[in-house]
Amino acid sequence: MHNPDKKTREPLFHIVKRDRISLRKSLLIRVVATVSAMLLCTLLAYVLIGEKATPAKFLSQFFQGVFGTSRRTWIFGRDTAMLLCLALAITPAFRMRFWNLGADGQALIGALASVFCMFFLGGRIPNGLLLVISLAASVVAGAVWALLPAIFKALWGTNESLFTLMMNYIATNLVMFSITKWFYPGKDSMKEMEHGHLPQVLNEYLLVILIVLALTTLMFIYLYHTKQGYEISVVGESENTARYVGINVGKVTVRTLLLSGAICGLMGFLQVSAFDHSVTAQSIGGLGFTAIMVSWLAKFNPFIMIGTAGLIAFLQRGGQQISTAFDVNDAIPNIFIGIILFFIIGCEFFINYQIKFRASQRSKGGSAK
Amino acid sequence: MFKKILSLCLVLIMVATLCVSMASCSGEKDEFKFGVILLHDETSTYDKNFLEAVNRAATSLGLTEDQVIIKRDIPESNACYEAAADLVDAGCDVIFADSFGHETFMIKAAKEFKNVEFCHATGTMAHTEGLDNFHNAFASIYEGRFLAGVAAGLKLNEMIEAGTITAEQAKMGYVGAFTFAEVISGYTSFYLGAKSVCPSVTMDVQFTGSWYDETKEKNAAIALIDSGCVLISQHADSMGAPSACEDRGVPNVSYNGSTVGSCPKTFIVSSKIDWTPYFEYICKAVMEGKKIDTDWTGSIKTNSVVLSEVNTQAAAAGTQAKLDEVKAKLLSGEIKVFDTDSFTVNGEKLTSYKADVNTDANYEKDTEVIKDGYFHESEYRSAPYFDITIDGITLVNTNFG
Repeated sequence: MHNPDKKTREPLFHIVKRDRISLRKSLLIRVVATVSAMLLCTLLAYVLIGEKATPAKFLSQFFQGVFGTSRRTWIFGRDTAMLLCLALAITPAFRMRFWNLGADGQALIGALASVFCMFFLGGRIPNGLLLVISLAASVVAGAVWALLPAIFKALWGTNESLFTLMMNYIATNLVMFSITKWFYPGKDSMKEMEHGHLPQVLNEYLLVILIVLALTTLMFIYLYHTKQGYEISVVGESENTARYVGINVGKVTVRTLLLSGAICGLMGFLQVSAFDHSVTAQSIGGLGFTAIMVSWLAKFNPFIMIGTAGLIAFLQRGGQQISTAFDVNDAIPNIFIGIILFFIIGCEFFINYQIKFRASQRSKGGSAK
Repeated sequence: MFKKILSLCLVLIMVATLCVSMASCSGEKDEFKFGVILLHDETSTYDKNFLEAVNRAATSLGLTEDQVIIKRDIPESNACYEAAADLVDAGCDVIFADSFGHETFMIKAAKEFKNVEFCHATGTMAHTEGLDNFHNAFASIYEGRFLAGVAAGLKLNEMIEAGTITAEQAKMGYVGAFTFAEVISGYTSFYLGAKSVCPSVTMDVQFTGSWYDETKEKNAAIALIDSGCVLISQHADSMGAPSACEDRGVPNVSYNGSTVGSCPKTFIVSSKIDWTPYFEYICKAVMEGKKIDTDWTGSIKTNSVVLSEVNTQAAAAGTQAKLDEVKAKLLSGEIKVFDTDSFTVNGEKLTSYKADVNTDANYEKDTEVIKDGYFHESEYRSAPYFDITIDGITLVNTNFG
C-alpha cells in the first residue's frame, strides 16, 4: 500500500504552540488586529449605511462620540470606571474558576439596598450618616447575593453559573416589585431622590473614577501580594493541590465570593448615590456580563483591566454616536462592536500559537522524514 | 516593523483628532436645532410613529439633516438625562422625548438647562412642576377611538341585520395593555362610539400587562373570540390581536396605523395620533421666540388625531359617509364623546367626579371634571385621566403593571 517513492505530503501550514512571546510582538499582533478590525468596519459602514458614511467621517464621528465634548469625555471615564468596578468584583471569583455570572444582580440588589435607605431615611438623618448607612447596606446586600450560591457550591457542589444567573432574575424582579409596592405605586419608574447624593469633586464623575482607581490598586495588591490572593490562585489551578497543601477550599470559596459580591454592591451604591438617585430594573443594564469580557481580556490583571474596560466603553460610546450621526438604529454599531471584539479576542490565537508554513519549516531543516 | 506600525497608528490617531476638531468647529454656527430622544427605533410601531412625524415636520419646516438630531434606543434611566445634556451640548434649542418613563430625567435636564425647551409626550408632571421650559403633550385620541367605535358599531348593525347575530349577541372584545387611565379612556370612548349607533352593544376587556407582547395579545384576542366576542379592537403595540382576528375571520378595529396589509379581510379602520402638528408647533414657537404651552393637547381639529383609510372589504357599507358626518359633529361640538347622558355607572347617571389629575404617590383624586353635562377629558392636563368603569363594559381581568 505504502509507496516509498512518493514524498510524504505535508500540509501547507501547521499550527504550533508558542513557548513564549515577546511583549513587543504580542502588542504588535494586538495593534494589527485592532487596526484591521477598524478598517473592516469603516468599509462595512460605507456599504451598509451608504455614501454619507465615508471612512473619514465614520472614524471622526466614532472619536467624537467619545471625546467630542468635555461631557462626553467625562461620561466615557465614568462608563470605564463602572465597568472596571464590576470587572474587579468578578475577578477574584474568576481566578478561582468560580464562574460568577451574577454580578448584574449583585450590583442591582446593592443599588436597591441604597435606594431603600435613601428613600426611608432621607431627610431624617444627616447626609453623611445616610451615605455611610447606604454604603453598608449595599455592600452587605451584594455580598449576601453572592454568598448564597457560594455556600451551596461549597457544601453541595451545585452549579454556580446557573445559580448566580438565576439570582439576577430575582434581583431584577425584586426591584420592579419594590418600585410598585413602596417607592412609586403603580409606575415602573421612580422620581429622583433628594437625599443621599454622593458629594461632588469638580463634577459628579471624578470622585467615582478616583474611588474605582484606588480599588484597582487594592485589588492588585490583594491578588498578587497577599496570602489570600495566593490561595485563590491555587484553588483556581487545582482544587486537589489546594487541599493537599492544606487550603480549606470551601472557606476560600465563600470568602472570595463575599468579597466579589461586596464590590458589586459597592458599584450599585455608586451608581445610585452618584448618578441615578433612583433605581430601575435596567439600572445596571447588563454591565455585569460585559465585565466578564473586560476581566478575561485582561487575563484577570486589575491594571490591564483599566485598558480593556476603557476599550469597551470607547466602543460603546463611539457606537452610540455612529447611530446618532448617521441616523441608523443601534443594530449597526453593535455589529461593529462585535467585529472589533472578535478581532481582538481572535488575535489571542496568534499570540498563543504560531503558524508554520511548509517552506519555512523546510528551510530550517526540520521536516520530519 | 514595530516602529513602522506604531508610527502608522500615531498618524491615524492624529488624523482622527484633526477630523474631530474640524467637525466640532462646523457645529458652532448658531442655527435652530431640534433634538429627539426615542425609547426604541423603527422596529417598534410606537417609536416609528414619532420618527415618521419628525421627518414630516422637518420637511415641512425646511430643516436640514444637521438641524435634526435623533437619539434612538435611549432607556428610561439616567441615560435619558445624559442624552438630553448631550443634545444641549450639540446646540439643540428644543428637545423632545417620546416615552412615559423619560419624564423624570427630562425634568432633571430642564432644571439644569434653563435656556433650552424640553417637551415630553404622554407625561403628567408639567402642570405641577412649575418649570418654564418643561412641557407635556398628548392628543385627544379618545375622539379618534370614538370614531373608530362608530365604524365598529356599524359593522355590528350589519351583522345583526344579516341575521348572523342577534342584537343581544353584539359583544365586542378589547385587548388592553394595562389598567391605566390612558387605556381605560381609550376603550370607553371606543365603546361609546359603537353604542352611539348600536345601542345593544356590550364589551369585554382583557389586559395583557405589557405594551408589546405578541403572544399575550394574540392569546387574549383568541380568548375573547372564544367567549363570544364578534369584533375585536386593541390598545397594545404588536400585531398579536389583528393577526388572530385575520386567522379567525373576526373583524378588527386597529390602532396606531393601518394593518390592512397583513389583515385584508378583517381590518376595518384604525385611529392614531399624528405628532407632526406638535413638532411643527414647538419648532416654530422656538424659532419665533414664543412660549410653548405647558400642556398641549392635539385633537382632530389640529389634525393630531387621524383615522386611516376605511377598508371597504371588511367595513359595513356607508361607513366612510357616517364617519365624515360624526367627525363634523365632533368638530362643531355638537357631539361630546363623554356626554354623561350617553352612559351610566352602576345604573346611575354621573353628575360629579373627581379625577386624579395631579401626580402624587397616593393617587389622590383632586379635580372636579364633570361640568356642562360631560366629562372634560384631557383639558386639565394633556394626558388622559378618565378611569371609570361604565355599564356595558366588563373587565375580564385587571393589570396595573
